[in-house]
Amino acid sequence: MPDVNTDLGHLKELAQNKFRSFGKEIHKPDRNFLWFLRIVASAVIACLLSVGLFLLLKAWPALYHTGLRFLYTNTWDPVGDVYGALPVVFGTLLSSFLALILSVPLSLGIALFVSELAPRRLARFVSFTVEMLAAIPSVVYGLWGIFVLAPWLRTVVEPFLGTYFGFLPFFQGPPYGVGMLAASLILAVMITPTISSIAREIFRAVPSNYREAALALGATRWEMIRLSVLSASWSGVLGAVVLGLGRALGETMAVTMVIGNRADISLSLFSPGQSMASVIANEYVEATSDIHLAALAEVGLLLFAVTFLVNSGARLIVLRLKTKGGGR
Amino acid sequence: MITGHLTPFLEARDTRRRVSNLVACGTLTFLSGVAIGALFLVFGYVLYRGFPAINWAFFIETPRPVGEVGGGLANAMVGSLIILLLASLLGIPWGILTGVYLSEYGRGRLGSAVRFCSDMLSSVPSIVIGLFAYALLVVPMKHFSALAGSVALAVMMVPTIARSTEELLRLVPNHIREAGLALGVPRWKVILLIVLRGNLSAILTGVMLAIARASGETAPLLFTALNSRFLSWRVDQPIASLPVQIYTYAIAPFDDWHRQAWGGALVLVVFVFSLNLLARSVIRPKMTRD
Repeated sequence: MPDVNTDLGHLKELAQNKFRSFGKEIHKPDRNFLWFLRIVASAVIACLLSVGLFLLLKAWPALYHTGLRFLYTNTWDPVGDVYGALPVVFGTLLSSFLALILSVPLSLGIALFVSELAPRRLARFVSFTVEMLAAIPSVVYGLWGIFVLAPWLRTVVEPFLGTYFGFLPFFQGPPYGVGMLAASLILAVMITPTISSIAREIFRAVPSNYREAALALGATRWEMIRLSVLSASWSGVLGAVVLGLGRALGETMAVTMVIGNRADISLSLFSPGQSMASVIANEYVEATSDIHLAALAEVGLLLFAVTFLVNSGARLIVLRLKTKGGGR
Repeated sequence: MITGHLTPFLEARDTRRRVSNLVACGTLTFLSGVAIGALFLVFGYVLYRGFPAINWAFFIETPRPVGEVGGGLANAMVGSLIILLLASLLGIPWGILTGVYLSEYGRGRLGSAVRFCSDMLSSVPSIVIGLFAYALLVVPMKHFSALAGSVALAVMMVPTIARSTEELLRLVPNHIREAGLALGVPRWKVILLIVLRGNLSAILTGVMLAIARASGETAPLLFTALNSRFLSWRVDQPIASLPVQIYTYAIAPFDDWHRQAWGGALVLVVFVFSLNLLARSVIRPKMTRD
């Protein structure tokens, strides 16, 4: 018995040696190729890390100089070299949330229309339109905002709101046209394609049994939508909305062109504001002092961190949905 | 009869249900109409204002000095093309190879890490990418350059291309790979010459969409490629680009510059739309055949 065993062991070893070298010869190019791909793909990771790292490096003087005060002081004054990020953070949050409030009903309405109501041709046309809305560059939206939207707001909408709803703090002050309201409106149009295309996919993933069940019980179309489509997909819709928020927070050019660029905190939607992205776009090229550059980089770092958190949150929601089976 | 007794109530309830159904469906239809209206408002106005601004000089002349009427945006169009070309040279191979890695080998931990980072990279605000390229290239080179702008755009293109390539290659049935391997073709050849090459046109769709997106980006170029009033072919110098030029002209107080900004916007929008339409026409027959 032991003899056979050693014999077998010997044979096995022999075979292994033989095939190992054989394998190496054949697979060497394959292995090199795999390593090449690994390196190229890892460059994406390195890229993301170095974005954070370089921002941190650039922002370090300001971080060191002002510390946490940066986050809660509300003066942004490049002339006096005083930098508090609160006004720009406020501007970003306010414009993004307003845009969400406007855009969520609009996007969900479009998504429901496309997935539940429209005949196929019309649905395709509406989807196409929404995709084209997404394709229009940000700077063109900004141009349109300056020359069409802002004058319209200044001469028609804001006087109207001021006259009839002026008792609310949101609608007080002189109508400038450019300002929070204009920025939010433009943002709402820009994030609608994002939210509605994701929501559409989520509604489509709801199994048709659910719909048939509701209809068979005598539900009207709207009841069917409420009972079987919306209730089965609300968490996915939440993910879509959060992704839209992520886009709104970082949107730069259109906002820069219509937000008015004044770093004030005001509840009035008529007054000019400033967002994190727009303050960088406006001041970075003209910044002369090192501390100004560093403060702007710090704003960039903050923006990076916030969008990172928001987007990874949305990704988590969507991924959990996928592992749960999405509905199918 | 009980039902007879209840009939008025049931009828009232049914009317209410029918009315609310009508109202809700009407609202959904109306909201879709709003989206269509928004596109026509924006695109229509760009056409209306941009079309009169476009003439021969617009394409072949560079900007005149401030205050002088006329001139064109040749410098910006050439600049945009140079930046896009450079960005494509870096971004397309990088993106496609990353996508190949993800679909062919990306089951492990490195794969999911790359996928996560690529998703996060695609959601980084464009202005932040601009800051990154500034710190990476402009500071060490000590001046603004077309190269820095292209790197910024390439970084924005990679996640889009990688993701679409991965998704397409995943659709390739495994028996095609197995057929190649069974004939003794090494794996790298199977991947490059069979899997990748067989789906090149579909992959190009993703590439075109990424280029379309990149060509409208302004924020990453603001302080990397900067701007230039002259026609420049040099990669290591500041260069004009269409989006930045539109931005500069839009916020300036001159009517003639506004006119040219609209012209530039029209050129840009037409370019982006045609790339999108081209991409769709490539993918559409493929999808119906499946």
